[in-house]
Amino acid sequence: MRSVSVIGVGMSKFGERWDASFRQLVAEAGIMALKDSKIDGSAIQAVFGGCMASGRFLGQEHIGALIVDQLGLNPIASTRLEAACASGSVAFRSGIMAVASGMYDMVAVGGVEKMTEVSVEDAATALGGAGDQEWELFQGATFPALYALMARRHMKEYGTTEEQMALCAVKNHENGSKNPYAQYQNKITLETAMNSAVIASPLKLFDCSPISDGAAVAILCETSKAKKICEQPIEIIASAQASDTLALAQRKSLTELNATKVAAKQAFEQAKLKPKDIQTAEVHDCFTIAEIMAVEDLGFFEKGKAGKAIEAGETKLNSAISVNTSGGLKACGHPVGATGVKQIVEAVWQLRGQGGQRQANGVEHALTHNVGGSGATATVHIFKRA
Amino acid sequence: MVNGKVGIVGYGAYVPRYRITAEEIGKVWNKDGKRTGASLGVSEKAVAAWDEDSATIAVQASRTAIESGRINPNDIGAIFIGSESKPYAVKPTATIVAEACGCSGNLTAADFEFACKAGTAGIQACIGMVASGMIKVGLAVGSDTAQGRPNDALEFTAASGGAAMLIGEGEPLALINQTLSYTTDTPDFWRRQHAEFPTHAGRFTGEPAYFKHVSTASKRLMEKVGTTAKDYTHAVFHQPNGKFPVKVGMDLGFDKKQLEAGLVTPLIGNTYSGASMVGLAAVLDVAKEGDRIFVCSYGSGAGSDAFDITVTKYIEGKRAKTPVRRMIEDKEYVSYATYAKFRKKIKDLE
Amino acid sequence: MRDALPLVWREIPERYNLIGSTCENCKQEFFPQRLICPNCRRKGNLVPKKMPDEGKIFSFTQVHSGAKGFENETPYTLAIVEMPNGVRVLGHIVDAQPEKIEIGTKVKAVFRRIFAEGEEGIIAYGFKFKVAD
Repeated sequence: MRSVSVIGVGMSKFGERWDASFRQLVAEAGIMALKDSKIDGSAIQAVFGGCMASGRFLGQEHIGALIVDQLGLNPIASTRLEAACASGSVAFRSGIMAVASGMYDMVAVGGVEKMTEVSVEDAATALGGAGDQEWELFQGATFPALYALMARRHMKEYGTTEEQMALCAVKNHENGSKNPYAQYQNKITLETAMNSAVIASPLKLFDCSPISDGAAVAILCETSKAKKICEQPIEIIASAQASDTLALAQRKSLTELNATKVAAKQAFEQAKLKPKDIQTAEVHDCFTIAEIMAVEDLGFFEKGKAGKAIEAGETKLNSAISVNTSGGLKACGHPVGATGVKQIVEAVWQLRGQGGQRQANGVEHALTHNVGGSGATATVHIFKRA
Repeated sequence: MVNGKVGIVGYGAYVPRYRITAEEIGKVWNKDGKRTGASLGVSEKAVAAWDEDSATIAVQASRTAIESGRINPNDIGAIFIGSESKPYAVKPTATIVAEACGCSGNLTAADFEFACKAGTAGIQACIGMVASGMIKVGLAVGSDTAQGRPNDALEFTAASGGAAMLIGEGEPLALINQTLSYTTDTPDFWRRQHAEFPTHAGRFTGEPAYFKHVSTASKRLMEKVGTTAKDYTHAVFHQPNGKFPVKVGMDLGFDKKQLEAGLVTPLIGNTYSGASMVGLAAVLDVAKEGDRIFVCSYGSGAGSDAFDITVTKYIEGKRAKTPVRRMIEDKEYVSYATYAKFRKKIKDLE
Repeated sequence: MRDALPLVWREIPERYNLIGSTCENCKQEFFPQRLICPNCRRKGNLVPKKMPDEGKIFSFTQVHSGAKGFENETPYTLAIVEMPNGVRVLGHIVDAQPEKIEIGTKVKAVFRRIFAEGEEGIIAYGFKFKVAD
């Protein structure tokens, strides 16, 4: 297997992008990534695109073809991958595999979602497809409801509090306020979060990531070649993916995502690192409880201890570990198919020292963690400077 | 005698948990609801929840009947559901009940409509089929989520509930000695196709309708079997309100004590097709071996089915696991607003 | 998806009567039905099995922002119910004030409407749970 590096990244501004169409978002991120890589588009041999539900959001399928067309890269191969909210990182893994195998030397990976073209209700229904349509959505379960069921167990088993969950949102808004690409660049107080409307108890509005539009693109290249053509290639030293039951009710535990644990174990083995070796992590905080479970399942904190750690500020920028410097899904926004690639864009920026006001100190290793649905898919990637 | 063998082999009732008081209904229309309720003999009525309808009520009652009577669902050869508030105008409720009760496909099924006596008409159909040897066990259900037009007198009584009777031979908990009906064309209450609420003929629903049919059927049955009111431990009459069944009972020579166990409308309202059957279920909950029970239903339009029933020694082993009185006591009051939402009286709801 | 009539029809045994499956090899029970036993795979043999109609609340939430088709029922309570055979299933808890619902509360299955497709469409029925006596 050949080593693979990221040689260019780009992302659109995330948010309610009334001004931009799906294809404009793709172009915005794609042009930025190509400029960043300083290569000519003709060097790209294949495209992998992650997108969850364009059919439901826009009535548009065949996203692989749309992306390659919009990037002006016809007639090269282009493929769409879908793993709900993990679509982006799953596409990224396909790009890695394509280059690592030697089939291609250079590929582009994109993630994109345009969610605001439909009503909030229709968007929520489309997102429900990330769970078990027949046995969750059919029964009236929304995504906040599924994560609320996990939160309730976490509170029961470990004493995690609603305040601790809310503090994740406060911290992520703080980080988001320093990210010009973030959907929400406003800081919030604990009171604001705690007093927001209940969505699915115990989760409140500020425990939930928003509905967003956005795209992110990364250019991958075989590492030895990358070193020749790129000033600062970022090497992918681990890429892992695991699965679990589609329906939440069938999991052994509701207080952990086994797919995250399995993927993390594999990733740390591949990278020959330990959780303490990671300085910055973009974790999948579709809900605040998801961030709490993620930092436990990834091994940054002991199971059941993350709530207290967050309360103690141990996940803030430049604390024990800087979690979600981008603002996370909560503040940066969560265009589902784009999120997995956006996390990688942020990791690359942090490793290159391009994090601006939210730059973490001394970043040697960055980790990204992306989840599909309520945890039926999870991916973990680890990066370092090549 | 029907045949001396056919009887009730299992029974069950279902009363929804929610109640609205006559007082609360009156408030909305600036009426003294308490007084209206008192004049009707109904202080509160059962309200089905948002996700209940006559099919779910029928299923709950039937499941209780099957479980309590220890009946093998595969032995049920006929299912008849009586209702005037079917979830589908076209598409049987009976098939939903059959499937939800785990019956085999080897049965006949149909929905009956005869205003408030569709349930007892189903009992008679089952009696005939069992006695003739066509089927082993028949399931007859009366189930309704009755609707009264807002601000109509019916709104104070139209309620939700139902009961199921399993009719068969071999160790019946009560023998059905005889049944008889009286039917004429009397338009005292109706609902036209596609009309949302039923229309009634006011005081015409009394003398020429309810009283004439109930007393005629009752008298003829007692005449036929050679009994008088004094021969019965309990009597149950269709109970559109709390007053009519008491008056007709007294007129027929029954006393209040005989009517007590089976009179549930004052506390849950008129459950229409369910009404006399829920009353019968409440009687069976307390009846003893040898008790003789008189039942007479009434359906507008109009007709009455009368039954002469004797409780057997098998009653003790087959009493409903959920007694009617317990369901009546287990209640939660709702506001008119919640009631209007639950029963989809607010336009645009379904 | 709501108009997926054949789906609603196909799943009647599961939705009406909680018919799941059990593996004749390892004896583990599953709901909803599975075609392949995840423990035994090809060595397993799955046959239909009725699930218990009672259990305990394993986790719950009160949904204030309802799923499409459920928006007029809010707030409604959803729970994951753990049955005595270890199987967990997601469903509504009906007829109980939220303050009575806790992890560990005993519930039993009841038959209710799940959703109705407008005024003219199909009505989907199935299991929900209520607090046991």
